[in-house]
Amino acid sequence: MISEQLLRGLREHDPRGIARAISLVEENDPLADEILSSIDDSLVDQAMVLGITGPPGAGKSTLTDRIISKYRSQGSRVGVIAVDPSSPISGGAILGDRIRMMGHALDKDVVVRSMATRGRLGGLCAAAGAAVRILAGSGCSVIIIETVGVGQSEMDIIRLADITALVLAPGLGDDIQAMKAGLLEVADILIVNKADCAGAETLAMDMECIAREGGNKKNTTQVCMTTASEGKGIDELLAAIETVDASHRESGERRTRREKAYDLEVLDWAIEMIKPSIIEKIENLGHARKGAPRLLASKLLGQNNLG
Amino acid sequence: MAEQKKTYRVLIGKPGLDGHDRGAKFIARALRDAGFEVVYTGIRRTPEEIAAAAVQEDVSAVGLSLLSGAHMSLFPAVVKALKNSGAGDIPVLGGGVIPDEDIALLKEAGINAVYTPGTPVDKIIGAFRAACETQKSGRN
Ligand SMILES: Nc1nc2c(ncn2[C@@H]2O[C@H](COP(=O)(O)OP(=O)(O)OP(=O)(O)O)[C@@H](O)[C@H]2O)c(=O)[nH]1
Ligand SMILES: [Mg+2]
Repeated sequence: MISEQLLRGLREHDPRGIARAISLVEENDPLADEILSSIDDSLVDQAMVLGITGPPGAGKSTLTDRIISKYRSQGSRVGVIAVDPSSPISGGAILGDRIRMMGHALDKDVVVRSMATRGRLGGLCAAAGAAVRILAGSGCSVIIIETVGVGQSEMDIIRLADITALVLAPGLGDDIQAMKAGLLEVADILIVNKADCAGAETLAMDMECIAREGGNKKNTTQVCMTTASEGKGIDELLAAIETVDASHRESGERRTRREKAYDLEVLDWAIEMIKPSIIEKIENLGHARKGAPRLLASKLLGQNNLG
Repeated sequence: MAEQKKTYRVLIGKPGLDGHDRGAKFIARALRDAGFEVVYTGIRRTPEEIAAAAVQEDVSAVGLSLLSGAHMSLFPAVVKALKNSGAGDIPVLGGGVIPDEDIALLKEAGINAVYTPGTPVDKIIGAFRAACETQKSGRN
């Protein structure tokens, strides 16, 4: 009954219904299944999922705010999932990305949802993927996922996206070094933000080189310069997004990514589902904390009839 | 199933024109350290913006911080904006330099609890937890 109400809420773009539905998946509530399986797949297929990642403070939220404005002016309904890490100690989190997007707070066609990573084992793909579906099901045709690009779980989230943009800015130094490893390879668009700051030109040139490097097999990586705080370079960025989207559609890359993302979501849910019972077994081990942990793990899984 | 601790989501906002966000940020961090997920909306928000954000974020409580002295109009305005958004069940807690005689009036106006500087932070966190628990159990 509740899910009936929620589904109607989604269809009618009721902000509370949408928010509640996302909470249910976040809390692993069994009702989530009903809601998720009633969502129109074609809406999910049609939506464009844009991943925006990069080091802390690069300007991801400010940029997201500007991108929202552009898509709104084209008449699209926009959803945003802004992910921030949970504190490993307290489990709490401060979710502050919304500060930069408050200009859209009263626009009913901009749905912003902040999510904490909640120490989920398989990354955040399960919950974020479900949130993408809910936003698409509630009529959002553009869905932006913002995440800090530092850890593996954030990388995993980006794999849910059709198009990934990596936001860099001059003066972030070491962060960028740390990111070169993985993120530069998965990014479709390299954004040099804070173009108004010293060092932006040099950084953009470096990025151009990386985009053209032999190692980069795609060779379709776009480089954009933006000053998000002043709204500069956003038209060019949207054009780059469109170019990448068109090429991904034509080459079949879009379909391939959706299929991989689907598998990743299934895997992530499976891990989420077995985790509580395994944790319980581990907690009940008593004094048997002996021997190779790996062996014990396979034993536990065997007992679980999953091995 | 292993016991899973409930994670409560709250929103901390600053309505009105004063730009002093030390108190708001302090409470936000204290709540995070107590295990809450805290959506922070920054300074100078209208009651309507705060209510809309609270709805979209599906929080179980809203905390407001104000130093400008405009609490008598702004705190009830947030309560009203939440009601207008169909979210009258989300409790509003307020903090700031607020004279005793105003506190009773604010409670009458639907503010769940009011705290002044010097209140032990544990007490505030306890109040948020209780408010969240009530909100959550009321809607299921
Ligand atoms: N000079 C300059 N500052 C900018 C620009 N874009 C964003 N900023 C500022 O950079 C700071 C960080 O911006 P955010 O948008 O919050 O950055 P973020 O990447 O979302 O940060 P996290 O979510 O904390 O990782 C803010 O103070 C912005 O005002 C820009 O183009 N130029
Ligand atoms: Mg941000």
